[in-house]
Amino acid sequence: MVEYNWPDAASRRLIGKRISRLDGPAKVSGAAKYTYDIQRPGMLHARALRCPHAHARVRKLDVSAAERMPGVKAVRVVHAEGAEIQWALDEVAFVAAVSEDVAEDAIRAIVVEYEVLPHFVNEERLEQAPKVNPGDEQTEGDPAGAMAAAAVRVKGTYGLPVVAHNCLEAHGHVCEWTGKEELSTWSSSQAVSGAAAQFAEGLAIPASNVRVVTQYMGGGFGSKFNIDSWGLECARLAKQAGAPVKLMLERDAELTVAGDRPSAFAHIEVGAAADGAITAWISDSWGSGGLGRAGSPPIPYVFQVPNRRHRHSSVPTHTASSRAWRAPNHPQACFLTLTAIDDLAAALKMDPLAVLRKNLALSGKLARLYGEELDVADRLMDWSQRWRQRGAATGVVRRGLGLSLHTWGGRGHDSNCDVSIYPDGTVSARISTQDIGTGTRTVMAIVAAETCGLPLEAVKVEIGDSRLPTSSASGGSTTVGGVSSATRRAAEDALAQLFAKVAPQLGAAASDLEAADGVVRVKAHPERRLPWRQAARALGVAPVTARGTNPGPGNLTNSGSAGVQMAEVELDVETGIVRVVKMVAVQECGLIIDLTTAESQVYGGLIMGISYALSEEKVMDPVTGRMLNVDFESYKLAGIGDVGELVVHMMTGPGYDDRGVIGLGEPPVISPGAAIANAVANAAGVRVPQLPLTPERVLDALAAAGSGRTA
Amino acid sequence: MQSFEYASPATVDQAVRLLAAEPGKSAVLAGGSDLLALMKDGVERPGLLVNLKAIAALRGLRSGGKEGLRAGALVTIDQLAADPGVRRDYPVLATAAGHVAGPQIRNVATVGGNLCQRPRCWYFRSGYGLVPQRDGKSMVVEGDNRYHAILGNEGPAYFVHPSTLSPLLIALGARVAVHGPRGEREIELAQLYRTPRRDGERELTLAPGEVVTALLVPPLAGRRAWSYEIRQRTALDWSLATAAVVLDLQENRVLAARVVLGQVAPVPWPAAAAEDLLRGQAADAIDAALAERAGEAAVQGARALSRNRYKIQLARVAVKRAVLAAAGQMAQSG
Repeated sequence: MVEYNWPDAASRRLIGKRISRLDGPAKVSGAAKYTYDIQRPGMLHARALRCPHAHARVRKLDVSAAERMPGVKAVRVVHAEGAEIQWALDEVAFVAAVSEDVAEDAIRAIVVEYEVLPHFVNEERLEQAPKVNPGDEQTEGDPAGAMAAAAVRVKGTYGLPVVAHNCLEAHGHVCEWTGKEELSTWSSSQAVSGAAAQFAEGLAIPASNVRVVTQYMGGGFGSKFNIDSWGLECARLAKQAGAPVKLMLERDAELTVAGDRPSAFAHIEVGAAADGAITAWISDSWGSGGLGRAGSPPIPYVFQVPNRRHRHSSVPTHTASSRAWRAPNHPQACFLTLTAIDDLAAALKMDPLAVLRKNLALSGKLARLYGEELDVADRLMDWSQRWRQRGAATGVVRRGLGLSLHTWGGRGHDSNCDVSIYPDGTVSARISTQDIGTGTRTVMAIVAAETCGLPLEAVKVEIGDSRLPTSSASGGSTTVGGVSSATRRAAEDALAQLFAKVAPQLGAAASDLEAADGVVRVKAHPERRLPWRQAARALGVAPVTARGTNPGPGNLTNSGSAGVQMAEVELDVETGIVRVVKMVAVQECGLIIDLTTAESQVYGGLIMGISYALSEEKVMDPVTGRMLNVDFESYKLAGIGDVGELVVHMMTGPGYDDRGVIGLGEPPVISPGAAIANAVANAAGVRVPQLPLTPERVLDALAAAGSGRTA
Repeated sequence: MQSFEYASPATVDQAVRLLAAEPGKSAVLAGGSDLLALMKDGVERPGLLVNLKAIAALRGLRSGGKEGLRAGALVTIDQLAADPGVRRDYPVLATAAGHVAGPQIRNVATVGGNLCQRPRCWYFRSGYGLVPQRDGKSMVVEGDNRYHAILGNEGPAYFVHPSTLSPLLIALGARVAVHGPRGEREIELAQLYRTPRRDGERELTLAPGEVVTALLVPPLAGRRAWSYEIRQRTALDWSLATAAVVLDLQENRVLAARVVLGQVAPVPWPAAAAEDLLRGQAADAIDAALAERAGEAAVQGARALSRNRYKIQLARVAVKRAVLAAAGQMAQSG
């Protein structure tokens, strides 16, 4: 009977080491083909007519001129006359034509008239909202009584706006019908297996007839779980035209309609004892995720304050529905909670690091991990030596320190992996999973190679094709857990089959064999061995294949990661400009499969976090209801010059590795907003209550506190 | 992109004839770093695109002597930043040019294109025109104006002039050569710009068929100059406020001062009150307090819209820092 567990530290040759991603060369050389790069014979290009109004009814629509244009092969109406449109840049009609230019011309030839209806897009102004959907109130203990009894109370209003996902590869598909009811697509998708099912359902064709391929994708961040209306329309255009169709969103549509992170604003009151022990929490928050309900941030975050009341309301806006944005609800909850606690520390004249340590017991079973991580971060930032009271910095350019912490789930998702060992000694591992950019191929190769005692190059990994064994979406930091455990189980079982064939040659029972260092050998007598390739010949002419699944036997994955981040900023109090000098991220995620790609996740999370902390927001125009900053010139992403020094420390070794594999995609992006905002408050002497920390908001906060300098 | 005709003349005269034949319907293509994006977005829809890049006469760059600098309209921003003569004779200009956008843009963007570039106003870029109105009201005033004008904003125009080089060049006394159907003329660079009074009116004073062919900058001749940009991001970002200061120092006295602001008004904005304040001052009397007063004077009359009050502060600080840097009282950065 095979037992499924991870190799112990002493015997790991690949797991946990620094290994560059295997498809790096393909990506940087352009050999890797993304959906955007797919060219099919006779392929047409699709474009959409998009409504310029945030709320409107289609009064008149005439596509006949477009249909008659030479080169136009298919036109489809999505919102016919009389239909109501609920957000700007929603699609009215699609055109497929022989070139992008002809498709654009055809879009312009469509005659459309709208009846413009009232819109609401600025949910920050709660008092102006025509409608508010109150959420449930959650209460523990006696918040009012505890607040009244608290030695120190702080009150504040905090918030962070809607931000976009900014996938560098826009959403989109190439659809090609290979038979009457047979469809092949190349989709920029973070859910290959699910996408095939969605196409089948939406088009009412047999699910077994759909093939979705996502070999490479340019980012998803939670916005590419669905094939979307435009995925189905792409397939329908292809059917109608009798030719493959490519439909990729333009950047303005990508930024406007293809998903974003809900905003969150909150009135918060926190109470504490004089020693910093938090005793009471009362908050009233709201946010918008489009017309539907926005997710409710888990507030107070991490710290289960004994007496607490929290209510979150959704404010409907005429904007496209929000989507899961890397760690859904957590960046909001973290920002709202950790800034309020930082203000509490300032009111107590305590070091916020001391306040967090004081209250760690409120974080439950993660308290030990946080405690250890805070110690490491303290050392890497030299926090205790350098931290000074809020407002102690003087002069025009001031330094400040801030910190935050976060958690995330991350257990492995459902996955099936086939590992085959071939008579020539080659090994393959196959899962229909996608690499959302985290290094999934590399992780699978590491696990299969480690298990078989082979070098990395000996394993061929196949992913990104719905015909491969089914796997789940890459969401919630579950991919690494799902694919690594399924691959481990499959490789162990395939090995067991090989061992059964080889055992007679080695004069041992199959269960006494092991594969290591490129040989199959008897555990108790390592000198009785066969080189791997020679052992594989025992298979005869046919490979052996084993299916590993997750969930499955053995404790290979875990849930509940902890991370700590610290920020050092430089603030120019005359201009309100904030520069991140240094970020320290201390992160654990159980057993790390590849240290290099794990660290890359944290670097990426920090950069994304710095970006939303300093400069990102969807600017919604009250006049037109449209998003105004619909390009990368005015939608400000942090550039390489804006991110400062990034120090990443992964917690590994006893107490961490033995937890099993935990996903890492989400955690590192949660804390930067709070850590940077707290550093700015430390430097400025006042709280800048809302992200992003633009010159406007910083100067406004300084002026409101009377501590601004006039020049 | 709307279909268009394309012409690539070999001489300026040919270009002018082509442009004049289609007044209002033709556009000049130089670096194309912005025009092509505007055309793709349908904001610019020229029927005829006249490419200047085949006109060798527009490429010359020379600096030095009593003639000063002459840069053909096709000289790239990167050439301007890297040219040894410009770096020697106009270090301040080379530095400012090196701060424009990023390397890829600087490699293709031209001097003429930089000076004639269209505003970045997001209403304009969304297709609502330079003077966007809805229901008889300014969309900028009613809408999101965080990057809009704080000076010269009586309306109906509220966009800001985009070039970060023009305030410095105007402060240096630059002129531009303009070719048109009636021949060549030279104008003060400041005269190239105007504030549109109604929809459809251009922000440039060029007559139909006219093209900027060269930039002319008089010698620095001992004047001390600095241009200070306030940008949120370190690169690839637009200045929120720019101040250019040029001090003509003679025998320890400020004989003349030029202070010109950028990104605060629909045109590069001369700050006469700040100039008056600086004129006649002893050079060694220019300290933080005086620079601060100059900044204060520069924003006299500034008027905040609903979201851009902070820009008044930024303009004030930009002037202060540019004055100090020009006077050698502060590290010349930014």
